[in-house]
Amino acid sequence: VCIWWPLVLTTLSGSAGGCPFVHEVRKDEDIYSPILRKLFNESHHIFVGLQRIREDLPSKNKKPQFVSISKNYRSVIRACMEELQQVAGIVSILLAVELIWNLCEVLFIDAAPAGSLVLHLLDWVRLHKADVDEKAREVLASESPAEHQAYWDVVISYVLQGRMDEARQVLVKQAALQPAARVMFKLLDNLLMKMPIFNVHSPGETQTLTEFDVKWRHWREEVDHCLQDQSFASNRHLEDICKILVGDEDVLLEYKELLSTWYHFLVTRLLFSHPTVKPTELHYYAQSSMHMFLDTRSVPEPLDSILLAAFEFDIHQVIKDCSIALNNWWFVGHLTDLLDHCKLLQSHNLHFGSNLREFLLLEYASGLFTHHSLWQLAVDYFDHCPEFGRVYLELQIERVPLDTERKALKVIRICEQRQMTEQVRSICKIMAKKALRNNRLGSALSWSIRAKDAAFATLISERFLQDYCAKGTFSDLDLIDNLGPAMLLSDRLTFLGKYREFHRLYGEKRFSDAAKLLLSLMTAKIAPHSFWMTLLTDALPLLEQKEVIFSADQTHELMFCLEELTSGKSVPTPDKPMQVLGTHPLTLYLMAVSLSIS
Amino acid sequence: MEGINAKYVSKKISKTRWRPVSSSSLQQPDIFATGSWDNEDNSISIWSIGENGVSSMDDEFEGDPQLLCEYKHNGDVLDLQFLDQDRIVTASSTGAVTIFRHHHNSQTLSVSKLWERAHHYPCNNAPCTGVVCNSPEIVTVGEDGRIMLFRADQEGVLRTIEKADSSAIHAVTFLRTTEILTVNSIGQLKLWDFRQPGNEPSQILSLTGDRVPLHCVDRHPNQQHIVATGGQDGMLCIWDVRQGNMPISLMEAHTSEMWEVHFHPSNPGHLFSCSEDGSLLHWETSSNTDTPSFLQGGRNTSIISRSAIAPAGGNQSLINAWLTGDSSKGHLETTHMLPSQMLSVNSLDVLGQCLVCGTDGEAIYVNRHVPI
Repeated sequence: VCIWWPLVLTTLSGSAGGCPFVHEVRKDEDIYSPILRKLFNESHHIFVGLQRIREDLPSKNKKPQFVSISKNYRSVIRACMEELQQVAGIVSILLAVELIWNLCEVLFIDAAPAGSLVLHLLDWVRLHKADVDEKAREVLASESPAEHQAYWDVVISYVLQGRMDEARQVLVKQAALQPAARVMFKLLDNLLMKMPIFNVHSPGETQTLTEFDVKWRHWREEVDHCLQDQSFASNRHLEDICKILVGDEDVLLEYKELLSTWYHFLVTRLLFSHPTVKPTELHYYAQSSMHMFLDTRSVPEPLDSILLAAFEFDIHQVIKDCSIALNNWWFVGHLTDLLDHCKLLQSHNLHFGSNLREFLLLEYASGLFTHHSLWQLAVDYFDHCPEFGRVYLELQIERVPLDTERKALKVIRICEQRQMTEQVRSICKIMAKKALRNNRLGSALSWSIRAKDAAFATLISERFLQDYCAKGTFSDLDLIDNLGPAMLLSDRLTFLGKYREFHRLYGEKRFSDAAKLLLSLMTAKIAPHSFWMTLLTDALPLLEQKEVIFSADQTHELMFCLEELTSGKSVPTPDKPMQVLGTHPLTLYLMAVSLSIS
Repeated sequence: MEGINAKYVSKKISKTRWRPVSSSSLQQPDIFATGSWDNEDNSISIWSIGENGVSSMDDEFEGDPQLLCEYKHNGDVLDLQFLDQDRIVTASSTGAVTIFRHHHNSQTLSVSKLWERAHHYPCNNAPCTGVVCNSPEIVTVGEDGRIMLFRADQEGVLRTIEKADSSAIHAVTFLRTTEILTVNSIGQLKLWDFRQPGNEPSQILSLTGDRVPLHCVDRHPNQQHIVATGGQDGMLCIWDVRQGNMPISLMEAHTSEMWEVHFHPSNPGHLFSCSEDGSLLHWETSSNTDTPSFLQGGRNTSIISRSAIAPAGGNQSLINAWLTGDSSKGHLETTHMLPSQMLSVNSLDVLGQCLVCGTDGEAIYVNRHVPI
């Protein structure tokens, strides 16, 4: 599963009628993957922040937060998009993604009501039609702007976008060239200036929709009068502008090239014919705009269907179509998650068991997990999928390759934080085995301690003991001498530590302490039976000492142990008193040993 | 937390280090190096944060770090140190130790020296986990439990301490010019004296309780016997290596592994630590109890300190404020320096008033106005 190219597919043709969908131009990962990685990382940060917004806040406090988060996502998309353009020369599918997201923000998240709805849509269109300003700059920078071939295109484009002030500024240039028509230009300028915009011309006081509507109709009548009076008949351009102002659809359609998309046409139509349109009425105008604008023979592009579904407020259809058309989970996953937080997704139309949001996030995160580095981001996504997230994580986390201790530690930490004890154990075991193969007994022990794996600790201790038996000395004294409480993890480990202590005591000539310890190792059953012979042999030099080391009782116990070890063979009964002095105990001991062997 | 923005760099950052500035000048550092990890192609990179010495009141115009140059690095960069103004030494997960040279004129990097199998197991490579320099000497440690001593101008190995440790050595620091201190994955600090022959440490210290793996160590810039360590449990320990086998103070710092700890080199009343839990803490000691440090910006965390042993003599000096670790008397204050919800902060470096750190979120953070 390649996570990169579905986000990169290009190119957007500029043809009127629309959109693009892509057919990938190149798969040059090295160039665009670093840029897209930033998208993944930054959006992950936003995603995690979003999940932590407290559930108990009342929804009216949350809406501005959600809008702000939506804007954050979009700015990340835009940054990525611009960098892709600049660095890789790719116009990516992110352009379409941002267009759709922006519309969803306006319609669903911000949920603009009638009146401001048109204004928001206008902003949306302006943001995605930035070429007007470029053209305007070119025209105004030229020697004689009013005679530039793109002059009227600029003016009309501004009017179509509802940017009356800019339109007026450019018109002034033409007016200067035609002093004879001064009156006409002044008239149009006046009309443009007086166009009512909801809540804009009455600062300080809020205007009701009805008040605005009255004002607007009044203004429109005035414009219509000018048309009827033939005031602009001598200048075709000015007359067209006037007709646009009254929302003449035929004239609007003549400027298809400038509009370039049916949704621009829609918004312009609404601005000049139905500025008080209600959200619920949008779909009707959207459909008719699309039909009027597009060639009836052409099949609507996927983008068109998606936008239409949005205008119809059919969120589920939007998500479904995006998933299919865009073929990348990043966009639908994050958008759906945000919409879900806004409580905009009802689960009644879903066919699959778990909810839509979770399904999309799981798909996205599973894709991330295949990446050698971005798998860490995926963990947070799984965390916030309550139904299946944990299961997915459990399955995937064990496949992360553990090349260094550092990486293993991070993976283990992730598992520990989520009480995935099985995975912790298994990873620690893998690392411990690796360490053991490389003869790093200390490291192996460290991993066993982390996993609280007594069995493995026993294994390690056995290794030490085998080494000792083979070489006669201990290796890795720095470890055994400093086991600390870790010694208690396994009996064998405890034995190892204590046995080493015996040797230390012996080396320090603290013979009676050493003897006591040695005995306790057998009597307290800390020492494994397999080692008892070694221990008993270790006792010999102590018995050889001139001074008395073992007391009578202790010697009895030694005999007990010997008997236990060689059970079944006959030995002198322990209630027979033993002489401690002289060589007696030693002889008897040796006798007992020889008897047991025979 | 004002004035700290993320710079996304498309690679997980394992190490960040400021290029040293000459101690005589009062300049702030302007160049830093980073190393990446967990990437198919890891790299070391040199970055610039713009004009040095220009103090501006206007924070908005301080730009992002700019990439000056980059060079492919074989394996994860597990440690990185500036040997001098032009050379950087790295420790690799492949067991290699590399010296890179930064050519200022052409803004390029090249490999100056490579010790490819500095650390190894009998049959495979072993990651080299730490490197520390005192030009021209370089000391490295690794998961193979070896300590290696190199000289930057010599091809071969100057000295090897075989079987220095039966567990992985995680970090190393100089105590004096001939003494180093290492920490390992069974929670031990070991002092090594290079004047002694042989493979035995001159001293071993560890906590009496659980042997928690230690990941980082740093020495107090002025007091050579004071050392700070951090490990798997996120606790900050301050040790006096002269005083026997126990740390002087233990403080809860982070909720998971502490990856790096640094005393501020010129202002050692300040200490910085970063962790797997995504936080970077600024620890401040102050002998002035009237300073209401809670009025300073950022989030403060109340610290529970468990003072193991009271220092002998009851010295009230600023330095010993570290040793008492007593937050209830207002002596110790910590501040979070990064926004919350971050992935692991793997590395930090602080010099003058500048702090740089790198995270698993593939981002670098630079703060040019650390309040010290």
